[in-house]
Amino acid sequence: MAAPFDMNDDNVIVVIGTGAGGGVLANELAQRGVSVVALEAGGRYLPEDYVNDEWESFGQLAWLDPRTTSGDWRVAKDFSGLPAWIVKAVGGTTTHWAGASLRFQEHEWKAKTTYGEVQGANLLDWPIDGAEMAPWYDLAEKKLGVTRTHGMPGLPGNNNYKVFEAGAKKLGYEEVHTGRMAINSQDNDGRPACQQTGFCFQGCKWGAKWSAAYTDIPNGEATGNLEVREKAHVLRIEHGDDGKVNGVIYADADGNEHKQMARAVCVAGNSYESPRILLNSATSMYPDGLANSSGQVGRNYMRHMTGSVYGVFDKPVRMWRGTTMAGIIQDEARHDPSRGFVGGYELETLGLGLPFMAAFLDPGGWGREFTTALDSYENMAGMWIVGEDMPQETNRVTLNHDVKDQFGMPVANVHFDDHPNDIAMRNHAYKQGAAVYDAVGATRTFPTPPYPSTHNLGTNRMSENPRDGVVNSNGRTHDIDNLFVSDGSQFTTGAAENPTLTIVALAIRQAEHIAGEVSRGNL
Amino acid sequence: MKDMADPKGLTRRELLSRSITAGASFVVGGGFVAGADAAWAMETAALKPETMATLIQMARDIYPHDQVADEYYAAAVKGYDTAEAAEGIEAGIAALNAAARGKGHADYLSIGWERDRVDILRDMENSAFFQQIRGGLVTGLYNQKAVWPLFGYEGESYSQGGYIDRGFDDINWL
Repeated sequence: MAAPFDMNDDNVIVVIGTGAGGGVLANELAQRGVSVVALEAGGRYLPEDYVNDEWESFGQLAWLDPRTTSGDWRVAKDFSGLPAWIVKAVGGTTTHWAGASLRFQEHEWKAKTTYGEVQGANLLDWPIDGAEMAPWYDLAEKKLGVTRTHGMPGLPGNNNYKVFEAGAKKLGYEEVHTGRMAINSQDNDGRPACQQTGFCFQGCKWGAKWSAAYTDIPNGEATGNLEVREKAHVLRIEHGDDGKVNGVIYADADGNEHKQMARAVCVAGNSYESPRILLNSATSMYPDGLANSSGQVGRNYMRHMTGSVYGVFDKPVRMWRGTTMAGIIQDEARHDPSRGFVGGYELETLGLGLPFMAAFLDPGGWGREFTTALDSYENMAGMWIVGEDMPQETNRVTLNHDVKDQFGMPVANVHFDDHPNDIAMRNHAYKQGAAVYDAVGATRTFPTPPYPSTHNLGTNRMSENPRDGVVNSNGRTHDIDNLFVSDGSQFTTGAAENPTLTIVALAIRQAEHIAGEVSRGNL
Repeated sequence: MKDMADPKGLTRRELLSRSITAGASFVVGGGFVAGADAAWAMETAALKPETMATLIQMARDIYPHDQVADEYYAAAVKGYDTAEAAEGIEAGIAALNAAARGKGHADYLSIGWERDRVDILRDMENSAFFQQIRGGLVTGLYNQKAVWPLFGYEGESYSQGGYIDRGFDDINWL
């Protein structure tokens, strides 16, 4: 049967979410002849709809449903109701992402073995490794058109990058380049090359940056095997007496509830909504929520060790011109405990427009210390820090029964305390980032605190032993045979790299597994 | 500026004849506040004009940019001139003036040095009123497209073809 599918069609696989995980999985399953209904909480926006305006775009795309926060992380103080800066739209956060597409380093698949016991951390080795993932990374890089892979040239460097590169080289850094980016450096996949417009975070109006919204989603729909239902907000997953899941309850745009029957369910709602859906699906058979016999659903939340460094110079930089994330320093990504922490971090250029600089440079700051910084906005260069943070059992997404969303469902509370390793790494990165700018004559630098999280990871983690996590090496829940997790929440550890490429590679791999299981009659 | 009385219709002399000065920067009269140079004027509906003048000065003292004229600060706080918001704003400004009197000044607007006004703001920076005004200014001031050029920010670029041929890599001082 071809799309659209009937609510009672229990032959379909339901994918919840259409971002880097769900959007890619839905298309890859459809390409393999599997019938898929993808439920997306947000609406559909395409390049012609995106706006080159930071706050207007934020209002258009961001996930603004209520969430609560706790813990000692600064985001809980500065943005208490907005722990994450992610997207509610067809294509998910692939509309907003900067495009950085980096493979994990080999040792990062084995964090527990490599780093040893780290007090307070709940480290674990992934049940897969770089050799297993290499062919899937190849497919992901080709799908995304990643620069500096498979013959795709690097992007040209903008002003912000040139300052960054010059400082890095004076400091002796060697692994400095314009990145491996899912942004076309030449016409590719029916999409044009980057026009250096800026506003990568607001959705690429040229379509030069890969987003599932205008690649995998329409490609999947074209097969006739994929139906994407937008503004379909999942409330819970239901199961039968046999313990297997059998369908998904969602609210449509008018708030009416429906149940889409399913052969299997794949959860890809980002690391807050995915555990929230599993926890909100508790029944007498699964009193702690679905797939939660380990008690690990929602735990080990990671958000990457982040921060930014901005530098002011005596001459113009105009960092907003061109690619938002225009280059990278990788020298600090190695594991080298002599620096005072395990794991490593990347430094990546970042340019914000004036409205977001005012909001994020020093949240809560005021007076001339703050405003003289913005007075030099035109002369400012910027970089973002992204490093591996430690999984901690107590950093977790739980249900806040005191706060309900528009459908009456308990919202996610996000608790996060920085681990001492995260703090040591951030301080090191602040120092190195400032040194990069000082090396080329910065008159002032700013160690800027983390923004609301875009790299949300680990709340349904992958584990060899069912006791230690929620899903197995295929993203299949240890507890329920026909329930899968397909987004960054399955990350065992976070590594130093931006996670999207790995989410995409895992989704392609999972599609191969699920399609195989369907054809073998096991699903 | 939207909602602003037409300053061109009012000479400086006429404006001053209908108003009293409020601090060094503002004049207020029946239902309006204006720049002392008559470059801009704003009618008030729910707030007392003196309150609006003080609020505009407070906004500048929180986020002082010497290249940004008062009318942009006025636009940033204009949204508080509503029946719903007025009571809280009047109370907040009254507390601000009380704090000024506590330090021997007639009121907040009469304080000559920014430093002395900022001392008063520092004492109240954890208050709900201060945080309401400061938080609102982050978007109210910096998200006005008219102020962007004053910081060199160029805004939207897609309609002009991005910066591929317009200087994305034109830095020449490295």
